[in-house]
Amino acid sequence: MSNQQTSFAKLFVHTFKRDLVLAFRRKSELVNPLIFFLIVVTLFPIGVSPEPQFLAELAPGLLWVAALLSTLLSMESLFKADFDDGSLEQLLLSPQPLFMVVLAKVSAHWLMSGLALTLVAPVLAVMLFLPAEGMPGLMLSLLLGTPTLSLIGAIGAALTVGLRRGGVLISLLVLPLYIPVLIFGSSAVQAAITGLPLGGYFALLGALLALALALAPLATGAALRISVSG
Amino acid sequence: MAVKWLPRWFFQLASPRWCYQITGMLIPWFAVVSITLVVLGTIWGLAFAPADYQQGNSFRIIYLHVPAAILAQSFYMLMALAGAIGLIWKMKVADMVAKSVAPIGASLAVLALLTGAIWGKPTWGSWWVWDARLTSMLVLLFLYLGVIALNSAIESETTAGQATAVLSLVGLVNIPIIKYSVEWWNTLHQPASFKLTEKPAMPPEMWVPLLVMVIGFYTLFGLALMLRLRNEILQRERRASWVRDLLSVKA
Amino acid sequence: MSTELLSARSLFCERDDRILFEGLDLTLNTGEILQIEGRNGSGKTTLLRILSGLSSHFEGELYWQGEVMGEVQEAYLADLVYIGHLPGVSGQLTAEENLRWHCALHPSLDIEKIDYAIGQVGLRGFEDLPAYQLSAGQKRRIALARLYMSEAKLWILDEPFTAIDKVGVAAKEALMLKHLSCGGSVILTTHQDMSDHMPVRTLSLGEPQEIGDE
Repeated sequence: MSNQQTSFAKLFVHTFKRDLVLAFRRKSELVNPLIFFLIVVTLFPIGVSPEPQFLAELAPGLLWVAALLSTLLSMESLFKADFDDGSLEQLLLSPQPLFMVVLAKVSAHWLMSGLALTLVAPVLAVMLFLPAEGMPGLMLSLLLGTPTLSLIGAIGAALTVGLRRGGVLISLLVLPLYIPVLIFGSSAVQAAITGLPLGGYFALLGALLALALALAPLATGAALRISVSG
Repeated sequence: MAVKWLPRWFFQLASPRWCYQITGMLIPWFAVVSITLVVLGTIWGLAFAPADYQQGNSFRIIYLHVPAAILAQSFYMLMALAGAIGLIWKMKVADMVAKSVAPIGASLAVLALLTGAIWGKPTWGSWWVWDARLTSMLVLLFLYLGVIALNSAIESETTAGQATAVLSLVGLVNIPIIKYSVEWWNTLHQPASFKLTEKPAMPPEMWVPLLVMVIGFYTLFGLALMLRLRNEILQRERRASWVRDLLSVKA
Repeated sequence: MSTELLSARSLFCERDDRILFEGLDLTLNTGEILQIEGRNGSGKTTLLRILSGLSSHFEGELYWQGEVMGEVQEAYLADLVYIGHLPGVSGQLTAEENLRWHCALHPSLDIEKIDYAIGQVGLRGFEDLPAYQLSAGQKRRIALARLYMSEAKLWILDEPFTAIDKVGVAAKEALMLKHLSCGGSVILTTHQDMSDHMPVRTLSLGEPQEIGDE
């Protein structure tokens, strides 16, 4: 490995660790999206119907929508603290590629939100009477889909980081872009329940992830420069 | 940044003043052409084109629906393109074009949705059906609304222009993905549904007036865009001496 | 021999319909301190942000060691320390953790120097406290600790002495002199008077002009 590559890797690891440490020190940001996930899912049996058969039919879409909304909720904090204390300025003045830093931050963020949601999802799925056959589909689709949500959400977070009332705006910007992931993710769960092969769904979710990995950090980086410049 | 392969007029367009003058010369021509085409297309489509053998006369709303839908999509592309030019060459006028085009595009998307709904009533028996095209158009409207909301939330004009340019480019990459995924979702849930516009081989008596309407819409909303753009130019350059001279002459 | 380090040609910047500066030329040589003067709102911070590359809201050209900035951006950033209004110190991290991340952002920095820098800015004994428990002056010192670690040629400092006590200011002046003697340069803004023996050149920004009032 060349010198430069090691320094890129170091940068990634360092930023990743830093963001994990920060997340653990601000515990509320860590737990809040999970609680939100739980509450949204609870609202449906109460608001619509607690009948098991109905809930089982609703479960794939409902779990995906709830996971999507809680990811979105957690996105706003991705760059906010760094923007407020000036760390973001320092980050933009690094001679190192911004792409790596953004990727590291989003990865750490995903670990705290997307992965945590994926791990909690089966519990909620049981509460919604999702058939057991659907579980692997649910877990795997969330595992492949939530990183894409984090990557796209980062663009919205970067665009709105300088605004005082960015919270609602970010949902407006990002939710339409989440639609393909929602479609393929919830369809994968439905296919898993009916026993259809899942390979195609995961390939599509994987393709979306690959595209997001390649392009979203670039857009996020550009958006950060614009937000800090303004 | 000096780029040799681009023609000179491209960079002249960067001057708001020049752009204001050239659009001023184009507007009368666009007005005449667009009104002629739209009136011609409307009369032709509503009175002379044959009725559809399945849907009867209700299909005639196609002469509004399809041009609106096509324009809503191409205006999004125009917005993203103008945004990209503004980002790359720091061209003020391109930012202004992107900003002026957004509300027009959003209104066209609303028009396409409304005409789709009106068309849906006699065809499907309900005002709204989660048809793939209508759903994609709804998402396109959301994308427009996001761009408009972001633009109005940022106070600095330059920052707002750059931020919306990034957002509309991200949207542009996403539009084909959204279209594909929505179509796929649609076939999954309602197989073999009746499609609005995908008719096998429309006879020329039907599509020629449609083509006239599409071109008419392009010129009409191109005209609307130029009017908005000129407004935007005057507003942003209100302190420049040429705008002051212009206004004092008129006053 | 002093050579040209950073220069700007005909900078133009407008904010909220006011021209902050127009046709501004500026040259910074090695071994020199350039102090930007001007009243509140005259665009000092904006100018520093433009020079550092944080802000792109300007027209005109920047040159780093005689080359167009856009082509040597990376080399420029590697040779720059910027300390802005915001200290760039994360409140949830300790002084050491903050500086460690800074080292990751600037791979040329020596991680071994963190301890030395913390001692120099007088934060020994506070290493393990998260920065939000420190005073404003102490937070500022974490930011200034970067200067002790850096071998960058150019320092851009926006009000570096805010909330710093007299002893601290004297130490920073000594540090700057050492930096100058090694061929470095400083651009700064400050409301405090610097000691007479500092080789300071000043650049005054005039009052912003309403556009179109000429």
